[in-house]
Amino acid sequence: MCGIVGLFLKDKELEPKLGEMLTEMLITMSDRGPDSAGIAIYGRGERGKSKLTVQSDRPDQDLDDLATELGQAIGEEVGIRRVDTHAVLELAADKVHAARKAVRELRPGIRVMSDGEVIEIYKEVGLPKDVADRFNLSRMEGTHGIGHTRMATESAVTTEGAHPYSTGADQCLVHNGSLSNHNDLRRKLMRKGVRIESMNDTEVGAAYLTWKMQNGATLGEALDSSLEDLDGFFTFVVGTRDGFGVLRDPIACKPAVMGETSQYVAFGSEYRALVSLPGIEDASVWEPEPATVYFWSH
Amino acid sequence: MQTYDLTEKGLRGLNSILHAQHEETNQVSWEVVNPRGSHAIAVGLDAPLEVTIKGSTGYYCAGMNQGAAIRVEGSVGPGVAENMMSGSVVVEGDASQYAGATGHGGLLVIKGNASSRCGISMKGIDIVVHGNVGHMSAFMAQAGNLVVCGDAGDALGDSIYEARLFVRGSVKSLGADCVEKEVLPEHVGILKDLLERADLHARPEEFRRYGSARKLYNFDIDNVADY
Repeated sequence: MCGIVGLFLKDKELEPKLGEMLTEMLITMSDRGPDSAGIAIYGRGERGKSKLTVQSDRPDQDLDDLATELGQAIGEEVGIRRVDTHAVLELAADKVHAARKAVRELRPGIRVMSDGEVIEIYKEVGLPKDVADRFNLSRMEGTHGIGHTRMATESAVTTEGAHPYSTGADQCLVHNGSLSNHNDLRRKLMRKGVRIESMNDTEVGAAYLTWKMQNGATLGEALDSSLEDLDGFFTFVVGTRDGFGVLRDPIACKPAVMGETSQYVAFGSEYRALVSLPGIEDASVWEPEPATVYFWSH
Repeated sequence: MQTYDLTEKGLRGLNSILHAQHEETNQVSWEVVNPRGSHAIAVGLDAPLEVTIKGSTGYYCAGMNQGAAIRVEGSVGPGVAENMMSGSVVVEGDASQYAGATGHGGLLVIKGNASSRCGISMKGIDIVVHGNVGHMSAFMAQAGNLVVCGDAGDALGDSIYEARLFVRGSVKSLGADCVEKEVLPEHVGILKDLLERADLHARPEEFRRYGSARKLYNFDIDNVADY
């Protein structure tokens, strides 16, 4: 099953409330995905700086001195903000590649959740409400965000099986459905040198989009070609620096509802996820068409 | 008129109280407030009740209805009026996928648009959609009538048996074994009746009829009365 929520704010005055609104939407989708939850939040950033969000199952061991050691390894000061099992490392944008490499060497147990100027990804195993509380999601501010509640079908209930998945700087993917050709595609992508860490189908979908974009495709083009190359059921929501996009497979049996007012564009796997949003009674509410790429951006 | 606040009193309470009503009940008229997209509202009713739902609902609203008249003043999620036996369900807004699936009887009216697979495997239900229907509508439709005042999506009537499909607008594509058929006087009569009951001011002459080419299943003309 799985549940997806997304909120893109047009009204800047709602930005301080993004986390609160998105958290309520996420918790409403607990029935669709009670085993893990995650959120990608697009908050404030600084030009020339990047945020590297990392996670560890042993945060006290792995994260305590990470900023200092990482700073020495890349020869630049690194800031750190700890949030439960996650930490957001703040560093110069041109040091991201070096930092990713150094993190792997310094702390093999650490997983990189995302990188980018504004994106932060938080995800863990557990009920969506518990995950939201651990990260204090309701306090987060930002311009837009995407959340996911997982009911595992294709791989184990683990942190790396939870969504969102990073697909590049300031980009991410969440998925409701199941891909049936992910094993074959994983082998093909790994032969091309693409790094895939789990047996999860969505990670392969995310790796596929990343690989397409590294080879010159725009996100829209990569999504379009996924209609050809991915077999199975999917409703995808992708986050970008400026907004988000939606794509459903041609059969479109995985649900999707959009709600739009002058203040926001919202996505929910079900209408239930949208009912607490301001002015939803008068919003334009519709279902995205199958095999059609939609984007909303600032 | 009985009013039931769904947020306050919960779904099980609502369906239990509606199931407890018998044919001779004097509590005929019910209003459900604060549905907030909940699933399975007013499911399995089997008495001649009039139920109005004041807002949008989630999955499986008014499923398995037998004899009740249910009105939704909003939009509905997937599977509205699934497997209806008799009575009526009227949706003022839009319907998500597989509206009226497997319905045996009764009338389903959708005043907005219906999404994909509207009337899938219908078995005698009448469905009238004021707007458009999505892809794969009337897939494997066995009996009954599907009337679409707007347009139909891809693969209309794929693998259809003996249901009648009437479309006023365009049809993006027909599914396997579904063909356009002549509109006979008997069909004009059926359409006129359904349009009136669905509160629609459209002329039966504006509709085209689609049905089975009968090449995909073992159709036998001697059994036509059974369909």
